[in-house]
Amino acid sequence: MAEVSLHKLNKKFDTTHVVKDVDLKIRDKEFMVFVGPSGCGKTTTLRMIAGLEAITSGEIRIDDTVVNEIPPMDRDIAMVFQNYALYPHMSVAGNMAFGLKMRKFEKAEIEKRINNAASILGIEGLLQRKPRQLSGGQRQRVALGRAIVRDPKVFLFDEPLSNLDAKLRVQMRVELKKLHERLAVTSVYVTHDQVEAMTLGDRVVVMKDGWVQQVGEPLELYNTPANRFVAGFIGSPAMNFADVTLVENGGSPVAEAPGLRIGLPGELATRARAKTGRKATLGIRPEDIHIATAADAPEHCFDADVEVVEQLGSEILLDMRVGAALMVASVEPTLRVRAHDKLKLALKPGRLHLFDAETEAAI
Amino acid sequence: MAVTALSAAESKRLSPRLRKLEDERWLALALLTPTAVLLGLFIAYPFFEGVLLSLSNARVGHPGEFVGLKNFYKIWNDSIFHTTVWNTFWYTGVTTVFKLALGLWLAILLNRHFRGKAIIRAFILLPFIIPTVLSTFAWKWMFDPTFSVINWTLFQLGLITTRINWLGDPDLAMTSIIVINIWRGVPFFAITLLAGLQTISPELHEAAAIDGARPWQRFWHVTWPLLMPVTLVVVLFSVIQTFADFQLVYVMTGGGPANATHLFATYAYQLGIGTGLLSEGAAISLAMFPFLFVIVVVQLLYIRRVETR
Repeated sequence: MAEVSLHKLNKKFDTTHVVKDVDLKIRDKEFMVFVGPSGCGKTTTLRMIAGLEAITSGEIRIDDTVVNEIPPMDRDIAMVFQNYALYPHMSVAGNMAFGLKMRKFEKAEIEKRINNAASILGIEGLLQRKPRQLSGGQRQRVALGRAIVRDPKVFLFDEPLSNLDAKLRVQMRVELKKLHERLAVTSVYVTHDQVEAMTLGDRVVVMKDGWVQQVGEPLELYNTPANRFVAGFIGSPAMNFADVTLVENGGSPVAEAPGLRIGLPGELATRARAKTGRKATLGIRPEDIHIATAADAPEHCFDADVEVVEQLGSEILLDMRVGAALMVASVEPTLRVRAHDKLKLALKPGRLHLFDAETEAAI
Repeated sequence: MAVTALSAAESKRLSPRLRKLEDERWLALALLTPTAVLLGLFIAYPFFEGVLLSLSNARVGHPGEFVGLKNFYKIWNDSIFHTTVWNTFWYTGVTTVFKLALGLWLAILLNRHFRGKAIIRAFILLPFIIPTVLSTFAWKWMFDPTFSVINWTLFQLGLITTRINWLGDPDLAMTSIIVINIWRGVPFFAITLLAGLQTISPELHEAAAIDGARPWQRFWHVTWPLLMPVTLVVVLFSVIQTFADFQLVYVMTGGGPANATHLFATYAYQLGIGTGLLSEGAAISLAMFPFLFVIVVVQLLYIRRVETR
């Protein structure tokens, strides 16, 4: 049982305010991912939970204990570092044993735990090696093993996969997910990679400039982003944005821009009506755009000039100019299309997003 | 592509003799020759001459002839030489321990973040930068029997009632030169160990802190083992230099009082140059060689073991 709660958490380095009023409750056994661009304060938040960074103001609790003043060693946490931070002069077994030795565990118990962790991670054959004799992936496993043997209340991960090559990263991502299911320990994971965040997290915290932008399950962030930043950050390729003006056309609200005139559906229309005449940002994901057919209402169609065609095999990405805006569409791989073609495209009206031009909050 | 084309064009213009340097063997020879000549002329040749001298009975004004190991036999039975050997080991051992301990302590302090770090780091080097003879003269005044500022301070503080004759008492004289050597040597240890400390990733300390290691344990289990290769190299350098030290003792005590502070180098100088017994002086100098040789070999073997660990 371990809950981590952050209350009005702030961090200032001299004059720079890097973490601002973070309020968050990480539930027991939850895999919580912090994601955001570099400098958004996600790693600092993690380091404050670990006790490696002093808290400027606010409160961190693990279960019911306020840990603000408790040193890292007494917080019952384990951390996996970006650069692994393996002790270079110790063997793999020595690295895993270190934390247990410091806590005065029995020798037999230490051995048992090391063997158990090694078999979970498939590194039984490496126990006598030194870190420099290991590949990046193996080091990563040892770093995980060092955390596992401790059997802590909370696992903290600081961009653990960012030093691995792309293929290994995908593989380790899957293993981390399995590992979490198996161990069921509350985990906090920091990454700048939104794919990692989406695939690993039970819930995801999106941060920017020290502020929490949105907290939610991955699909929640994908489907109903709270603001333009989250909308653009989550999802790949990124959501398309167009600057539009909200106007009334025969009683129904329309988002209008040069070369673009999109009728707003249902609830979105209701919310947009309050802002008629105002500027806004229209958002649509590349995967929600398709080639127009007879079934598409004309108010959801638009013309586009194809500038670049990116063949990915499983899909085609079209980089297009739509009026003044640049947009990307993800279309069927069977489509025959070439650069400079003119296409009639349609979007799924239910998948439209609108953001306030000033506050950038979702409308 | 452009680079290879250029160098090919250039090599065409080179004279045949210079083109030979494209061959690594010739290049190596050309680069090594100046060093080899210098070392040969100023190290190997004098060393060889020293060996010859030590096997003769040369004095000033007397070329001498071959006498075998007679000089070595003579110093073997020389009680001042015995004192010299003991002094040198004592001087080297005590100063090295203190220089290492103080240097490491300073290095750890300097490795922290604080205001004016760069200036303090530069200041620390001062004793090392000032020419030894100059700083030793300053120390000589501080230990002067009549004008000693140390005595004055102790007296004013009420800690002593009579003057301490720092350089007149054999034990105090030895202690004094040990103190000065430590003062002069600590910066070298501190700066080198600081460089070593800075190569240790802070993440390792954080990992150890989370693993439950207290500050002292972090030092003992993480910092110290990782600093070991650097430490060994610094100690090796320092031992060689201290073992063969000359200037400091020569300026402070000249080996006195009553030969109580002689080291190999000062005794060899006194006997060889001071009294003109060139061959005996050479023999004393050479007597340093086996000791240093053993120390260096042992340390180098150990360094290799630590580095391949």
